[in-house]
Amino acid sequence: MYLTPEEEAMLRGDRGEAVRDALAYQLRVGEFFDAARFVPITNAHMMGDIEVMGDGGFDYLARASAKRARCSVPTTTNARCVDFEFAARLGQDPAEVDKERRLIERLREMNVLTTDTCINYQTLYQPHLGEHVAWGDTGTVIYANSVFGARTNFESGPAALAAALTGRTPEYGFHLDRHRKGTLVVRLEARLDDLADWGAVGKIVGEKHQSYYAVPVFAGGARTPRADELKHLGCALASYGSMAMFHMVGATPEAPSIEAALGGNRPVDELVIDDAAIERVYAGYDLKDRTCNLIVFSGPQLSLFELKSLAERFGGRKLHAGTQVFATTSNGVKSAARRLGYLQALESTGVVVLEGVCFYILQNLSPMRVANGWTNLISNSAKIVNIIGAHRFNTILRRTQDCVEIACSGKLA
Amino acid sequence: MTGPLATIRVVRAFGPVVEGEAVVSAEGFSPRYDLDRWSGVITKPGHKLEGTSLRDKICFFPTAKGGIAAGWAFYDIKHKGIAPKALVFGVTNPVMVQGAVFADIAITEGWDRHPAEVIRTGDWVRVDPARRVIELVRRAG
Repeated sequence: MYLTPEEEAMLRGDRGEAVRDALAYQLRVGEFFDAARFVPITNAHMMGDIEVMGDGGFDYLARASAKRARCSVPTTTNARCVDFEFAARLGQDPAEVDKERRLIERLREMNVLTTDTCINYQTLYQPHLGEHVAWGDTGTVIYANSVFGARTNFESGPAALAAALTGRTPEYGFHLDRHRKGTLVVRLEARLDDLADWGAVGKIVGEKHQSYYAVPVFAGGARTPRADELKHLGCALASYGSMAMFHMVGATPEAPSIEAALGGNRPVDELVIDDAAIERVYAGYDLKDRTCNLIVFSGPQLSLFELKSLAERFGGRKLHAGTQVFATTSNGVKSAARRLGYLQALESTGVVVLEGVCFYILQNLSPMRVANGWTNLISNSAKIVNIIGAHRFNTILRRTQDCVEIACSGKLA
Repeated sequence: MTGPLATIRVVRAFGPVVEGEAVVSAEGFSPRYDLDRWSGVITKPGHKLEGTSLRDKICFFPTAKGGIAAGWAFYDIKHKGIAPKALVFGVTNPVMVQGAVFADIAITEGWDRHPAEVIRTGDWVRVDPARRVIELVRRAG
């Protein structure tokens, strides 16, 4: 890889041990992908909490902080595993909760803004066309590449942190024009009235074309999509397909037409998604013993619009006895929801609104599942029903209103 | 000394030379979606390797599944002593590479023949990232 004089100096240790180690690590990753050079970044978004890092990662962070590792670009954190206000009520392990507190302190010492949100692209920072950033989780990446036309690869926690320290990232994957062109075409003929429908589209396309370098080009939608719809579509594509980018003709900046989005590529597949295809997704879930005592709105965190919609859908009704409903969002959105009254409405119904977390990575989730007698997990998020299986949940995707009805009636159909 | 029984050439590779027992999967992998990170066993219901331990194994997967959180997971399971020795992917994604490099676990991507043609679960294999080859050393049993 070509190194600038500044990067050579970093590797020699001129900017300290932490920067030297970070760049050396990035160099190994860049060489794997045959990157020609590094590109400067303006923003980093990293995943870092005790549930995903474990004690090994925690020790690493403590060592890095002791080496005076300090982020050189604005750096924010993804959703984490503890909402301290609810930790005891959720039966989370006090020792791990304490580690999480100390882990947050280490990150702040390193000049990280511990914002704890996976919807930074809706709430914190919107990079512009062509802007290079280093983001994770996958939902943030696919939104940045697709909707903003910014440029980032999936940057896992260690990689995003290294990029934050050095202010650059290896130039491979979606930093390069050649990987940003469409590789398949998807015609949308379904109505797509609900967020879960958009997630179902992501599941259909992602499962069929599981590849980081598959870039679907969507065309023909009935109307212009809203940000939350693109959020659910992107999160599902990234989750089921490991995809980092899509185009939507007339909606995303690098897709004025199908031809422009394909950029000369011959599509490897042309799919049509109609209402029947979406209905097949919902019909495809095993309902097991039809228990429905857990409904989750999370993964990705909810926007203010989603929380408002949820409050209106519940409309002051009560949850069915024994049913638990969780929604997760960011501190900023929860604060706004409180000011506008949506939070109180949800809480009076019995919905638990957690901030700064994702349900999927909650500390102690497997024991929590057992202690609460949860088997089926019902959600309107196609992403979370895909990713939570290792905790032995049986997951079922349902439309938002269906989730609300199940929560209030106790009946799963 | 005899040569390897079969050789697979890979496109990209990182890590130390390692030898171990092969686990050949027909399904893709994520250390978050599929693996119990306290035992090292695949626990996702319905995964084709459900119940299989990956500890110290040379793991062959056709694809990687989503998941930024996987980046810390390899370091975590290595710290716990339950990590695989190598990850051999047909197609992977940057998270797997970033995570494996961070944990100093051998990882490769791309193959000139499908491993299932020549390697079966339980066979003893060697991964040599610098030479970009995977060698079948001996058959199981």
